[in-house]
Amino acid sequence: MLMKKNLLILGAGTAGTMMANHLRKKMDLNQWSIKIVDQDPKHYYQPGFLFMPFGLYSDEDVVRPKRRLVGGRVEYIEAAVDRVDPDADRVLLQDGSVLDYDILIVATGTRPNPEETEGMTGSGWRKDVFEFYTYEGARALREQMAKWKGGKLVVHICEMPIKCPVAPLEFTFLADWWLGERGLRHVTEITYVTPLSGAFTKPTAAKILGHLLDEKKIHVVNDFNIARVDNEKKAIVSWDDREVPYDMLVTVPVNMGDPMVERSGFGDELNYVPTDKNTLQSKVKENIFVIGDATDAPTSKAGSVAHFEAEVLTENILRHIKGEPLKPDFDGHANCFIESGHGKGFLLDFNYDLEPVPGAFPVPGVGPFSLLGESQINHLGKLAFKWIYWHVLLKALPIPFIDHRMSYRGKKIPKELMKAKV
Amino acid sequence: MPQKTINGTTIDVNEEGFMTDHSQWNREVAAGLAAEEGITLAGEHWKVLEFIAADYGEKGVVPGMRRMNKVGGIATKDLYTLFPDGPIKKAAKIAGFPKPASCV
Repeated sequence: MLMKKNLLILGAGTAGTMMANHLRKKMDLNQWSIKIVDQDPKHYYQPGFLFMPFGLYSDEDVVRPKRRLVGGRVEYIEAAVDRVDPDADRVLLQDGSVLDYDILIVATGTRPNPEETEGMTGSGWRKDVFEFYTYEGARALREQMAKWKGGKLVVHICEMPIKCPVAPLEFTFLADWWLGERGLRHVTEITYVTPLSGAFTKPTAAKILGHLLDEKKIHVVNDFNIARVDNEKKAIVSWDDREVPYDMLVTVPVNMGDPMVERSGFGDELNYVPTDKNTLQSKVKENIFVIGDATDAPTSKAGSVAHFEAEVLTENILRHIKGEPLKPDFDGHANCFIESGHGKGFLLDFNYDLEPVPGAFPVPGVGPFSLLGESQINHLGKLAFKWIYWHVLLKALPIPFIDHRMSYRGKKIPKELMKAKV
Repeated sequence: MPQKTINGTTIDVNEEGFMTDHSQWNREVAAGLAAEEGITLAGEHWKVLEFIAADYGEKGVVPGMRRMNKVGGIATKDLYTLFPDGPIKKAAKIAGFPKPASCV
């Protein structure tokens, strides 16, 4: 019998699961075996964490077993990875066993590291200092929110880049709405603290979202680089000695790639893997590919990005096997719903060359979604997305009308941004 | 594109005062740009500027704070002392590189 070749995927999150489901349908499984490794048995619908603190989603809404989401004919291995040995084309597991590979896909994501900031996991952790990027964190915050009587609510970002960069804004908008519903908005002062100079990373969207913060009477503190959390004083302190006091701090901790990347010796200072931003081949070795939050590509760390990347990477894996040149087809496309509260939402669509601008999506001139405009249908789109995520996206089925290449049609592009190839 | 003359050298700058042609940069220009920010360049400043130049040469982007710490071996606290109020932006400007792109 012919020895099969091995394609190994590290990480069975959004990106890794999608890759397994694309490749098992496209690769010749008489010649290749596909294996996927992950240490955590539970797959979380991470966009749902945002809704949990407000009681809008239950625990059950956001959890499924990882193993079941990876389709048939893929070997699922529940184990922790020690490191990759690129020279020997093998992965060492923490239990001492070894997995050889011919092709490796790194899909180990990014995660919050609260211990990176002095004092953050101190005496106030999960008492008056919270985060909502983990299941445990979102649940703890929900309990505390239910007890809230008013005071200073501070929503804070430690450092960019972060996973789902719009989520802290959404949390702020939802908190404003939720507190209003409970008659607590007038006794709550909401402050949004960010290391950026505006409300968002991209100028046109920053202007529109900044205006919305203003309208909702949310204070904004810009250019705030946190040095430490002072648990005694209940204040965050910046490197230039500014202080923002809180009664409840909802922070987004420093995001970093998996420590496995650092142990393997090929990550950057945040443990992201140097990656060709268009082909998704790593700069480590030609048989190592990277997808999703694990890359150092200059686009958002978001599930939509992983979804678009998966289509390009699938094609490039098949090309790599055939010895054909890789296609530089990934354009940085990201597509993000933003909850703005009161049953409304925004939608952003952008790539490496063009920042989010107003328009209609996905059908030019028609929509039904409005880009960079607030609407009810955008909010409904976000809610519908949970079903799409579990039933379409992870199964690597195509989403109608939505291509991995960002469309320039249907967008109102300001003149000064026309440098982008339209 | 605006131009200005600093310590005898004419440089092209953008509307925020960041140099647009690094080949026009020299140590006197750096000293002049630093003086505009109220900074007198000393050995510690040069260590930072030289790290930015070396790293820019390698990566094509101005290093962020964490990279300065981890790769450059320069503590955040020291950066704030050397280049008060927005050290990365200021150091990049004096080193003759573009304004650090905001993240994504």
